[in-house]
Amino acid sequence: MNRNPTSRIELLQGTLDVLILRTLLAGPTHGHAIAKHIQRTSEDLLQVETGSLYPALHRLEAQGWIAASWELSDKGKRARYYRLTPRGRKQLATEQSKWEAFSRAMGLILNPAGEEGR
Amino acid sequence: MRWSRYFRRAKWDRERLEEIESHLEIETGENVASGMEHHQARAAARRDLGNASLIREAIYDMNTISFLGTLGRDLRHGLRALRRDPVFAVVALLTLAIGIGANTAVFSVVNSVLLKPLRYPKAEELVALRQVAPGAAGLASFAEGLRLSPSMYFTYGEHNRAFQSLGVWITGTANVTGLAEPEQVRTVDVSDGVLPALLVPPAIGRWLSAADQDPRGPERVMLSYGYWQRRFGGDPSAIGRNIRVDSRPREIVGVMPQGFRIVNADFDLIMPLAFDRGKLILAGFGFQGIARLKPGVGIQQADADVARMIPVWMDSWSNGPGTNPHFYETWKITPVIRPLKQEVVGSVSDVLWVVMGTIGLVMLIACANVTNLLLVRAEARQHELALRAAIGAGRARIMGSLLVESLLLSLMGGVLGVALAYGGQRLLLAIGPGNLPRLNEISIDPRTLAFTVLLSMLTGLLLGLIPALKYSGPKIAIALRGAGRTSGVSRERHRARNLLVVAQVAMALVLLVGAGLMIRTFQAMRTVDPGFTDARRLQTMRISIPDSLVAEPERVTRIQNEIVDKLAAMPGVSAVGFANEMPMEGFESAWDAIYAQDKTYSDGEIPPLRLYKNISPGSLRAAGTRIIAGRELTWQEVYSQRPVVLISDNLARELWGAPSAALGKRIREFEGMPWWEVIGVVQDVRENGVQAKAPETVYWPTMMKDLYGPGSLGAVRSVTIVARSQRAATEAFLKEIQQAVWSVNANLPVASVRTMEDIYDASLARTSFTLVMLGIAGAMALVLGIIGIYGMISYAVSQRTSEIGIRLALGAQQTQLRRMFVRSGLILAGIGVLIGLPAAIALMRLMKSLLFGISALDPITYAAVPMILVVAAVLASYLPARRAASVDPVDALKAE
Repeated sequence: MNRNPTSRIELLQGTLDVLILRTLLAGPTHGHAIAKHIQRTSEDLLQVETGSLYPALHRLEAQGWIAASWELSDKGKRARYYRLTPRGRKQLATEQSKWEAFSRAMGLILNPAGEEGR
Repeated sequence: MRWSRYFRRAKWDRERLEEIESHLEIETGENVASGMEHHQARAAARRDLGNASLIREAIYDMNTISFLGTLGRDLRHGLRALRRDPVFAVVALLTLAIGIGANTAVFSVVNSVLLKPLRYPKAEELVALRQVAPGAAGLASFAEGLRLSPSMYFTYGEHNRAFQSLGVWITGTANVTGLAEPEQVRTVDVSDGVLPALLVPPAIGRWLSAADQDPRGPERVMLSYGYWQRRFGGDPSAIGRNIRVDSRPREIVGVMPQGFRIVNADFDLIMPLAFDRGKLILAGFGFQGIARLKPGVGIQQADADVARMIPVWMDSWSNGPGTNPHFYETWKITPVIRPLKQEVVGSVSDVLWVVMGTIGLVMLIACANVTNLLLVRAEARQHELALRAAIGAGRARIMGSLLVESLLLSLMGGVLGVALAYGGQRLLLAIGPGNLPRLNEISIDPRTLAFTVLLSMLTGLLLGLIPALKYSGPKIAIALRGAGRTSGVSRERHRARNLLVVAQVAMALVLLVGAGLMIRTFQAMRTVDPGFTDARRLQTMRISIPDSLVAEPERVTRIQNEIVDKLAAMPGVSAVGFANEMPMEGFESAWDAIYAQDKTYSDGEIPPLRLYKNISPGSLRAAGTRIIAGRELTWQEVYSQRPVVLISDNLARELWGAPSAALGKRIREFEGMPWWEVIGVVQDVRENGVQAKAPETVYWPTMMKDLYGPGSLGAVRSVTIVARSQRAATEAFLKEIQQAVWSVNANLPVASVRTMEDIYDASLARTSFTLVMLGIAGAMALVLGIIGIYGMISYAVSQRTSEIGIRLALGAQQTQLRRMFVRSGLILAGIGVLIGLPAAIALMRLMKSLLFGISALDPITYAAVPMILVVAAVLASYLPARRAASVDPVDALKAE
């Protein structure tokens, strides 16, 4: 396993929410797979603490952005599958545009044009 | 959504467990796939997961509504605590249940009688047309103000601008024959406009209409629901049938719904007044007026409207040729219209509010007792509370849980209290004034229950607040160190409890002073000479001979005479007579002015109005009314129509200075009437109850010329017969009376059979009721106060056991110790008395309207009550003081 503690970035509560929503955009899946997906897609930089994953999933379900049901996994075992709801889709779009604006703002300050940059 | 998750938290938790398990399985599977051995894989997966319990707890917490969670915990905790201390629980619950129950019972009466609107549609538009005539001297001795005459009804009805509908009514009785045995029923006679004003539709049939008021038209009648059920079995075909009322057939046109009353009057029949307009004069002021205001019209406007119509009335009618209609201007007739509800409730509101106040005070005293109990408990639980504070409970949490406990206690007490209230309500109605208005409407309705809940919650908060404030504070260290085993006890701890006991004593003093004043009032009332003697052995009954049964007045009198003779012949009867009414019966006697022949009156001067009564020979003797000078009438004088009268003592003194001087003088009703000679002077009689002064009275015979206006001979047809006998009120006696009356005329029902004592007691009902209520409240307050002081001293003794031991060891005498504790009890009571006296003085002023013969500052009461309390305090502290004195010093010091 590629676990590099120093390069792991801590995830704040709000960021985990939007990552889960984005993961589910591709299709319904269960909790374990969501965590693995985030880890893989971020090239191992983002490691999801299982201790925060399930409470986050519960919270999102309470808000009505994801819905859940028990299904049989591809291994034949019972697992709880989560999927995005239309409201969740809207929330994802909102959050995503907020993040893009945020990172653009950060970029503008950290790499200012017109100043001597590296 | 939150709520559904809340109630299925357990299920969610199980699912989470399953979900975490499946997560572990998948992770383990992956680990195995990447080459680990099975249990190593599982261990790695476990490590990766972290703390499963934490995850489950986090989610469980998200599903909880924390407020409900703590509430549930506190409630369970509180119930457990109560079960552990059953004696406390029972005492506190009972005290609270009695307090809340009594208050609920009284409130239900106050609510139904005073607060609820009347049961007529849009009852706020209904008013009673009252009038006063301050210029008519003497009128103030009688009833309330000036009633309406029929001519006034026509004038007001036709010329008003303020009312939608208007009418007059009067209560009466009538004889119904032909159905079962002859029965005297209660009637309300109404003019047109009364039923439309009240707007209550009939249960079946229709209202009396304007056509039914035609004196020459067909005679109609309406029934009450109760009468319809009783006599017709609720048969709808009663409509259209005839019944014989006062020997005349009347057609039934409708039945009013159940519970319907005309203002306060309960009735069996409604009859039309059917005034003959052509024969009306200005006078005849005997009817009550009722009206419904037009929307948007206020009482002041209505008053102005009626005032405008009074001159119109004087112009439209006359009292006969040669009379001046405008003489009524001297009477200064003024309308004082008031809402119908006030009319219904009358003066009973004073009594009810006093009762409510006293029961409220008793509740406060009971609360003080329970608070003291809670304080003792909290003191004993200091250790537990301090521990909770030490492991992290905030002050608010501890206070919250203490408040929940006291709320639980008081709500449980409230539930018990409602059950007690049902019983209490019955008791109240049984001992209450029999003529309590709206009696049929009293019930425990939702508003009363809301009151109970509110009262319980307020009580709970109040009770819990003091212990909560005292014992949730940051004195943990002291408590944990080991429950205060210092040789002296912190004085501050006792301050709250002392204050409570002092407050109890003060409130008990107020109640006992109130009860004392009522006792003295009652005594004063009973010593007033009412004008008759030995009321218990004076049997009364009412008999009414309508003119449709016997037309000639003289025959009416002879029939009455015959009845009286038959009664006098019965064994055990010592005297019989009859009169138009007996004192305090409440039927309205007539009144008019009296002119004396030997006095001069200036032009247009009207002398003051006097009460006119009609009596038979022998009635004064039968009633035990003293004849101060002269003699009674004789039958011979009555039949020969000799113009002789008796007058009352106060009238004799007013006109001629002394009773003996009145004999032989002549008086008459007004100009043109013959002069009547005064042959006797009668003692003053309290016609309107012992609280009112005796009116100046003229006693006419029951058969006389000009009885109902100049010209014809008339006889009083509705009379009260009085018979003095040792056997009064026994069943056999009453049967014999019935037989005697029917042997004279089988069509005469005997009604209102009661003794003079019943009538007298009924007139005192308001006072005796208040007395009983205050007496009960005062007794409860005294008992609670004694318990309070006893508890306080007891507690002090148990707390100071070691100190007592030391004192005894150092040589203190037992009597010294006893005295010490009795003294502390006396000090508490003394301070309570000192605080209570000014409070009592201030509050008793509110009761002034209920007192008679004594002032609100009656010295005897104010001296006696503190003495009673002091004695009670000594008694209450003596027992624990004795216990203190019998403490074994060795045992006491051993516990150190």
